[in-house]
Amino acid sequence: MALTLESAAPTTRPGLGARLWRSRIEYLFLLPGLAIFALFVGYPLVASEYFSLLQWSGFDADQVFVGFANYAELLGDGFFWAAFWRSFLFALGTVPAQMVISLVLAIVLNNKLIKLSTLFRTLIFLPVVTPVAVIGIVMTLMLSPFNGPVNSLLQGLHFAAGPIDFLGSPDTALPTLMAIYVWKWVGVTLVYWLAALQTVPQELYEAARLDGVKGWQMTLFVIMPIIMPFAIVIALISAIGAMNVFPLIQSMTQGGPFFASEVMEVYIFRNAFASVGGAVPRLGYASAAGVFFGLAIMALTVLQIAAARYLRNREASRGR
Amino acid sequence: MAVDALASAPGSRRVWITPGRRMWIVSVVLALICCVWVYPLVWMFSASLKSNGEIFGNTGLIPAQPSFDNYVRAWNEAHISDYFFNTLFVTVGSVVIVTIASAMMGYVLGRRRFPGRAIIFGLLVFTLFVPQGYTIIPVFELLSMLGLSQSLWGLVLATSGGSFVIFVLLFAGYFSQMPNELEEAAKMDGVGFVRTFIFVMLPLSRPIIVTVVVMQTLYAWNDFLLPLVVTLANPAIRTLSVGVYAFRGENFVDWGGMTAASTITILPIVILFLLLQRYFIDGLAGAVKG
Repeated sequence: MALTLESAAPTTRPGLGARLWRSRIEYLFLLPGLAIFALFVGYPLVASEYFSLLQWSGFDADQVFVGFANYAELLGDGFFWAAFWRSFLFALGTVPAQMVISLVLAIVLNNKLIKLSTLFRTLIFLPVVTPVAVIGIVMTLMLSPFNGPVNSLLQGLHFAAGPIDFLGSPDTALPTLMAIYVWKWVGVTLVYWLAALQTVPQELYEAARLDGVKGWQMTLFVIMPIIMPFAIVIALISAIGAMNVFPLIQSMTQGGPFFASEVMEVYIFRNAFASVGGAVPRLGYASAAGVFFGLAIMALTVLQIAAARYLRNREASRGR
Repeated sequence: MAVDALASAPGSRRVWITPGRRMWIVSVVLALICCVWVYPLVWMFSASLKSNGEIFGNTGLIPAQPSFDNYVRAWNEAHISDYFFNTLFVTVGSVVIVTIASAMMGYVLGRRRFPGRAIIFGLLVFTLFVPQGYTIIPVFELLSMLGLSQSLWGLVLATSGGSFVIFVLLFAGYFSQMPNELEEAAKMDGVGFVRTFIFVMLPLSRPIIVTVVVMQTLYAWNDFLLPLVVTLANPAIRTLSVGVYAFRGENFVDWGGMTAASTITILPIVILFLLLQRYFIDGLAGAVKG
């Protein structure tokens, strides 16, 4: 992608060659960065589109051009659609919970009177820096139906009659993964909200307090309107994050049991690298799934940004 | 404040809940929540000091006879030592590449005017909204073409691409806010472009450098999909993330070894986080404010 830049600059405008030459040090400085960008960000984006038109069964195998056959097959693949919607379901189930929990925590922690608020923030942030592979092991142990601590507690308190196989049963696997996902990532959203709250001017609190506003009223009518624009950005970042759940799911259930937690990324990985039962890897087909899903996400992102713009403009015109 | 609460509280019960006391109550509730929050990690550490028989027998946090047997076994027999140094290599390598390349690129984009600047900026921002997890096949294919698909160097390079764009934009934003006088003064003194960058601009951008180093370290240390794919055919170059994951598949019942390996994996990154917390937080907060 970036490679086309240099060649795309035509010498129609007089003096452009001279201007390019004068900026040679700048281009030299860009070179390492552009190389990384072109190789590992730009090229993959373009190449996936091309791969999606191939029948290609392994990195050593021949590539056969098949046009849109992969896409046609995708449309009729029940596993693809199940994984496709499951990915959105995952985002829908986690993003609102993640945002609300972290907002409540942020409002409480933002209060300077709270004892040890920095320590609390640190503790809540710990799962964020913990590698998912480790979380996979810890949570499998915690939730184990064989004397795992969670099941012991639930049965000890008589909340459950028998052990619950949280990750091993198709009904509970996905909701359990969602809960673990929220647990892991709330720390990041919390930091986002805290950053947003810092932008609320201190005088505003004072003024509102003098006017007799306090407690939840302060939160609802004074703080919320100011941090709303941030909410949209945070929702956007969180939603993109919720589409990158491969590590968590692969390290806990591998998409199982019976595909109950197979989201899009796991589906792509399974088709490309880890075909079940020694089946032939299908790199072209997996690429097509990736491109299709990537386009869907981009469309949603554009919609979200458009909605954010619209809301902000309406806010601005009302302010006048 | 206390008088205020007294005056506004009609019932006698409310008098007890002064703002000061309320903060104490909230703090205690928060402390309880945090204990539950980190319980799995504390439990993992405690389990790593127990014997395999004790892990599910004694659910308390204090091991009866704490021992480091699990650590010795994981470190020596489960190749965790190899994986540890692989991860260190990939992390340090990618941090060096990413920091240098993104600082140079961010400086030029943030402070200099040259033909093509807007196009490059546009491309960078565009790719921010494209999900990265879906490009694993071309990345692996590219590494294969370069002959690096089964080497740590390939992993270093590909890991550098992960959050590269965000770091470039962080640097560009920071450099663009610096006063012009600095560069002008350097120019007056006859200091060239490269030396101005190295001796004037870079030292001033230290907060961003630390943020980038810290964030890339976290990213590289914890990355999973890419090292998983690259090491599928070559287990010897596994990173800790993949090694711990594979440990579970290979030693199904050795929970003690697994929790010990897990503790080894998270310890460096947790210590780094505790020491440089401010930079983690600033880096993340910058993403929202920008």
